[in-house]
Amino acid sequence: MKQLLILSGKGGTGKTTMASAFVRLSKARAYADCDVDAPNLHLTVGWTKEPKRSHYFGLPRAKVDPDLCIRCDLCRQYCRFGSVILEGSNYRVDSLACEGCGVCEFVCPAGAISMEPHVDGELMLYSDAKTAFSTAKLNIGSGTSGLLVTEVKKQMRESAGTAPLAIIDGSPGIGCPVIASLSGVDLVLVVTEPSITGMNDMTRIVETARKFGTKTVVCINKCDTNMENTRCIAELCRGWGLALVGLIPFDSEVVKTVNAGLSIVDVDCQAGEAVRSVFEKTMDILFGENEGGDEQ
Amino acid sequence: MGLSELKVAVLSGKGGTGKTFITVNLAAVAGPSTYVDCDVEEPNGHLFFKPEYAAEEIVTVKMPVVDQRQCTGCRKCVDFCRFGALAYSNSGLMIFADICHSCGGCMLICPEGALSENEKPMGKVRKWVAENVHGLSGILNIGEPSGVPLIHELLSDMNDRPHPVFIDCPPGSACAVMESIKEADYCVLVSEPTLFGVHNLQIVWELVRLFKKPFGVVLNKVLPGEAMAESFCAERGMHILARIPFTQHLGLLNSQGSIAVREDEDTRAVFLDLLKAISKEVHCEATAHS
Repeated sequence: MKQLLILSGKGGTGKTTMASAFVRLSKARAYADCDVDAPNLHLTVGWTKEPKRSHYFGLPRAKVDPDLCIRCDLCRQYCRFGSVILEGSNYRVDSLACEGCGVCEFVCPAGAISMEPHVDGELMLYSDAKTAFSTAKLNIGSGTSGLLVTEVKKQMRESAGTAPLAIIDGSPGIGCPVIASLSGVDLVLVVTEPSITGMNDMTRIVETARKFGTKTVVCINKCDTNMENTRCIAELCRGWGLALVGLIPFDSEVVKTVNAGLSIVDVDCQAGEAVRSVFEKTMDILFGENEGGDEQ
Repeated sequence: MGLSELKVAVLSGKGGTGKTFITVNLAAVAGPSTYVDCDVEEPNGHLFFKPEYAAEEIVTVKMPVVDQRQCTGCRKCVDFCRFGALAYSNSGLMIFADICHSCGGCMLICPEGALSENEKPMGKVRKWVAENVHGLSGILNIGEPSGVPLIHELLSDMNDRPHPVFIDCPPGSACAVMESIKEADYCVLVSEPTLFGVHNLQIVWELVRLFKKPFGVVLNKVLPGEAMAESFCAERGMHILARIPFTQHLGLLNSQGSIAVREDEDTRAVFLDLLKAISKEVHCEATAHS
């Protein structure tokens, strides 16, 4: 299975719009939404059937038994996350702050602290005989999004392991969910936009992918909103030896199409045409027919 | 509570809705004020303010180090670590810094005293002043998993700076966002009138209610005839503080890194009104709770 991951650094450049178009064009049998904080891909890929839902358990969280607690305060002193709270004469663990390390349980001389299972999110699997779409939603305020991303990808592989191609929609940023989504990926498509912030964030995501040794290509969305910056991005890509696989013009059809729950390649529009060309170039590089620049 | 004591967090769930645009322009019309960039994975606010000089401070986290001579290979630390950050092999104990949460557990459990801690740099805080806006920007090192310690540092620095303080939050709804809104007196939820924008507004709406923060909504990139976000807010009784139209001129100013309220009178008026609306909301909130 060849895995293509779509990233951007900056949010709102068009990762999900691109991912849903790629799913449509490739008739992908395996795809996943790894933006577990704010998943959106399910809104445009048109599954009407309810998904199979399962709990995602993050790390267990500490719980204080007030009957056993001897109020020695050691748990509060040793917790590095400020999650043990003294209320009046009672100790309580703030499960939003607790990272589940188990230090408080270890230092408690009275055996008053136990580690309890904790549901941190929900995994969803849409599937039929041919296709599997894996997605998840992290519960509000939960940490460990990287672990959930790993679960989303595992669920996709287990349900559609024989599919030749997997398309993965990533999350913004460069932190743990992005790092987790990079593992096992064959190619990263960075979607950037010609704004000073888009460019700044692109350099950080390109560096991140490089640090983890993942081959990267770039496309520029809304390229005509600032042509000077578009030229500058093309120049940057040349310098880094990264293939620029296409320019997508700003097209007011895109918002309308997305709002109708469709993919932009479902309608006849300028942006849709450009995305088709980006898709073809990306597939050529992913499947090795074109090495696409002198990637180091 | 008056404007000069206020801390306002700006968040959105979805990326690219205009958090930085709103936060930067609020700080610029409110000045003297402080702008805090908590989007430490992709900090951008300084690109607009363009400070000439920034003082830099390295932020570190505690990281275990092993003295292999004292390690007997009992593996107690390996079994204890819930994050899987330790492994023992023929070549001795290995520590995987990228997944360590700095809980200190391995050091506590080691019966031989073979583990100690040192400080590992994970990012930096830049402190700057540009005209009448003070800035604090957090910058996470590439490859670091979590920006939370950096956000913690930013928030502890902001109290001594001019108020109001405007906090530019990261996208999403996970730990980094929670940390960023913890100290805020008021939250501004930014949405755009797309299906994705509205879906993600729902997520941050749940977050601010969980933290019991007073909040209002700003609709950005508003197009005529597109009422999806409007009706979402109306159905839930969410107060819309401002509507900022989608215009190519604003898009261009923003893409160049210009501060719109300093270039465009209409936008300046919109942000002055937004600032007034926020002060009024906080004032009402304070009266209602006193």
